[in-house]
Parts: sequence; structure tokens; C-alpha cells
Amino acid sequence: MTMNEHTFISALKSQFNGEQHEFRGESTLLIQRDQLLDVTRKIREMGFERLSDITAVDYFPQENPRFHLAYQFTSLANHATLGLRVPVPGVNPSVATIEGIYPNANWRERELYDMFGIQIDGHSDLRRILMPHDWEGHPLRKDYPLGYEEPQFTFNFDEIDVRKPYAKD
Amino acid sequence: MAQIEEANLDGMAHLVSNRAIKGETMILNMGPQHPSTHGVLRLLLELDGETVISCIPDVGFLHTGIEKNMESKTYQKAEVMTDRLDYMNTTGNNLVYCLAVEKLVDLDVPVRAQAIRVIIAELQRFSSHLVWLATSALDVAAMSAFLYCFREREMILDILELCSGQRMMTTFFRPGGLWRDVPVEFEAAVREVLKVMPRRIDEYESMLTKNPLFVDRTVGIGKISGEDALAWGLTGACLRGSGVAHDYRKFAPYSGYEQYDFEVPIETAGDVYARYLVRIHEMRQTLRIIEQALNTLPMGPVRSNNHKFVPPPRSEIGTSMEALIHHFKLWTEGFNAPKDSVYVAVESPRGELGVYLEGDGGPKPYRVHWRTPSWDNLQVLPVLAKRCLVADLVAIIGSVDIVLGDVDR
Repeated sequence: MTMNEHTFISALKSQFNGEQHEFRGESTLLIQRDQLLDVTRKIREMGFERLSDITAVDYFPQENPRFHLAYQFTSLANHATLGLRVPVPGVNPSVATIEGIYPNANWRERELYDMFGIQIDGHSDLRRILMPHDWEGHPLRKDYPLGYEEPQFTFNFDEIDVRKPYAKD
Repeated sequence: MAQIEEANLDGMAHLVSNRAIKGETMILNMGPQHPSTHGVLRLLLELDGETVISCIPDVGFLHTGIEKNMESKTYQKAEVMTDRLDYMNTTGNNLVYCLAVEKLVDLDVPVRAQAIRVIIAELQRFSSHLVWLATSALDVAAMSAFLYCFREREMILDILELCSGQRMMTTFFRPGGLWRDVPVEFEAAVREVLKVMPRRIDEYESMLTKNPLFVDRTVGIGKISGEDALAWGLTGACLRGSGVAHDYRKFAPYSGYEQYDFEVPIETAGDVYARYLVRIHEMRQTLRIIEQALNTLPMGPVRSNNHKFVPPPRSEIGTSMEALIHHFKLWTEGFNAPKDSVYVAVESPRGELGVYLEGDGGPKPYRVHWRTPSWDNLQVLPVLAKRCLVADLVAIIGSVDIVLGDVDR
């Protein structure tokens, strides 16, 4: 962690009381869900021009918090990177959109909605993005099974064909 | 017959203008099987005559659930999937994955392996740029560049085959080093590339850079300012074409890039032509890096000797009990990584390629997320394509250089 990153983290901590985490030189700040917009606005003011990444992690069966959202910001001017983590509960998971501050959050938040079923409040275009629009379930949740296709052999072809989901006629 | 749902604007009406709803403008479906969308990209275009009023990209046709699949494999085995993400930059994907695993478990890589990684990743960058040049020139109807570029790309794919036995999906880099050392023919083959390519780049430039037809089709098209490019998260040549000198090889050097002397080319115009110039310049810089890395290539091992993470050499297994145990443990169970997360980014030919890797103390990644450059570079397409002609839209898609395997993962 560079000196710059130290000052940014301590400035954020003094204002928002986040929990700081260090691992292999990466600094991450854990904040509460309702602080997200204020913290992001502050991060943008501090000169982080780029939102690199947003992703989520599912800690199922743990329910509160079930998800952690992980944001990555980059500042070219200050030569610094910063991670942000936001816990989200498993019941009615939702989080505010930061699209107004970083426009490229649009698709990344749609991905969160699609893959984890996290509702993004205030998002301008909340549709599924990778999965088909009539897909059921959210694939990257840990309680969503990793699907596979049953292999059909000559001796059990018809038997498996009956329960195999595809357009048959 | 199962009922096939007809495409309609339900749920997308807020993305088009009111005139489309009244039927005054035309909604045109471009793709997913369209030669100039560079893969399975579907664009919903709202057209007024030939002018694009709005453009709605529809992605996900190539979604293969790589992130989900990687969660069910051990760290070593999951790497095979990374090749399949951005199929124009396979070794670059391997590189960022290996760097992330190495950072997560705190594993050192021998200097020789680092240098070879640089050479191969740069060769791959060069070949990716060749494919970009070929296809994007073809999009603006320059047929001959296409044929030349694919001829030269074979030279590089041959080198990859020489090292790994595979032309494209190499999985040559492994956590802790390389699969094995490069063969003796490697140096001569790379020197041949270094000798031939500068002349060939001049050749491409003589076909395109001052060609009035090419210049007419590209100058002033698909403009974006540096500030907007940053806000939209653009990286790679799209960002550098708008005058922002950001390159992960300089911003946060990895794999020994800090030892090599090279420039980060920028252009300020921010249009299709500027992105073209940046990439052409980048190809020359790539050759410079390869040359330096090859000239200073150190001797020594190419795999870490920490056998808790890296399998011991085959020769030891027959003589050493410990080596046999390590081999067995690594290939049946894998190695355990701490319960924490890292984010590592590298400069792929398209921009910032990042991987978020989280371990849970066990041998399988708990969560892998790919921050792929094409995702953000494609997202900005509606902004770039605002009020351009359909023919120019094709040039813009070409200049952004998306790979749909990279977008959809």
C-alpha cells in the first residue's frame, strides 16, 4: 500500500467509520450498505476517476450478511487503487445504484442483478444482461446447482430422452 | 413446435425514442450472426434513414458460465477455462490468473519464467492486434490487409505451438512458473518475428495510414473525450486514443515489466483513426519489449521449487518419496489458499484485464470474477454510435476491438 492509499483510507475511515482490511498490500474498506452512495461520492471527489470493477460474493448459507459486494476504484492522478466491500443481507437483497457517479456501473450492476438477484435501487435499466430474459434463478448464487447434461447411451437413450428438457417436436 | 417468442420492445421501450414507439423510426436487428459484429453480438438499432438514433447492445450469446465452473475446480484445473475467455489473448488470461493465484498463496516465480511470460504475452498481444487490424480494416472494405495480417499471425501461433503444443489454448503459464522451459528453437523463431515484423508493419501502414479511403472512413468517427472515456471505464487503446496515458504495465508493473524500456503511445483525437494509430504504434513497442526481454533472458529454473504448490519434476518422482507425495497430493486434492481475496489486473491487448479471486481456505476458488476490458469497451458503444451512420457503426465496432468471449465469459 502506497502512502497515498494510506491517506485516502484514513480520510474515509475518519468520516464513515469503516472497517479496514489489509491483505497482500491491498487495502479494502468495509462499510455499511446505507453509506454506499456517500462513500462513493467521497471517493470520486478524492480523485478516483475510474470504477474498475463491481462484483459480489455469496456466503450462503450465512444469511446476514449473505452477500458481500466488492468495488474496485482506480485513481490515475494519485496512482492509487482502493477496494470497497458492502455487506448485503440475504432477505430482499438490494443496494443503491452508483450509476450516477460512475456511468459504467450500469452494466456491472445489471450483472449483479442477473447473476445474484440483488435488486439495484434507482437503476435506469435493470434487465438481465447475460442470461436470457425469461431465465429463472440467479446462476452465481451458491444454492444454484452447477448443471450438467445426462449422457445418453444406446441402452438408456429413450429413458433419459423423456426427462431431458429441450424442444422435442 | 415450442412457441418461439417474437422479439419486441417490451422492457426496452425506455431505451428508444418516442418516435420508434409511434413507428416513425425503424428498429433494425443487427446480429447476432452478422459478419461485422466480431462474434455473436446483437445490436438493436433505432434508425432514422441511415442514421443511428439509438443503439442497444444485447450480449450473453456466448455466456458459458466460466465463473461458476471455476468455483467447482481446483486452482490448477480451473486455469484451463481461462484460455476460453478472451480467445485472442489466451496467454494473457493465463497470466493474470496465475498472478492472482500466486498473490493469493504468496508464491514466488523464478525470473526466467517471468521473462518468458513477458515474451509470450507480448507475442500474443501482437497477434491479437494483427487480428484486430485484419478485421477492422476489412470492416471498412480494405481486403488485402486482412490476408497479410493472417499470414503473419501464423508465425506467432507457430511459436505458441512450439512451446506448448497448442496454437491457441496453450495453458502454458502455470501458478508458480511455466508448464516447462521453452525449446531450443524458441529463440531463433522469436528473432525471426523480430526481424520480419517491423517491415510488415510498414507495409500495413503504407496500405492504410495515408490511404484517403481509409482516412475518410475513420477520421472524426466514434469520438469520445478523455474525461468521458475515464468515466465510462474504457481502457486500452480506446482510452489512450483519447489522450489518457494509462497502461497497467506502467501503472502497476507485473512480471518484471518495470525492467523494460517502452513507450505508452497516445493520441488525442479520440476517434476511430486515433485508436488505429495507437494500436499500430503499440505493435512496434511490443516488438521492442520482446527484443529486450529476449536479449536479457536469464538462465535458471522456470518453476518455483515450493512443492506445496508446484508439482515436482517428473524425474524426481521415481527417486524421492517426498516428491511422490507432493505430486499425489497436488493432483488429487490441490493446494489450499487462504480465506481472503485479491484483485489483480494486467494490460491485455484490449485494456485492463482484472481478476477478483477469493479463497475459502480450501483447494477450490470460492469466487472468481473476471473484469474484462471488452465489457466496458462495449458498454460505451451507444455513446460512440450516437447519430452516426450504420456504415460508420461497423467501423466503430471494429475500432473498439471487442472479443465476445471476453464480454460474455
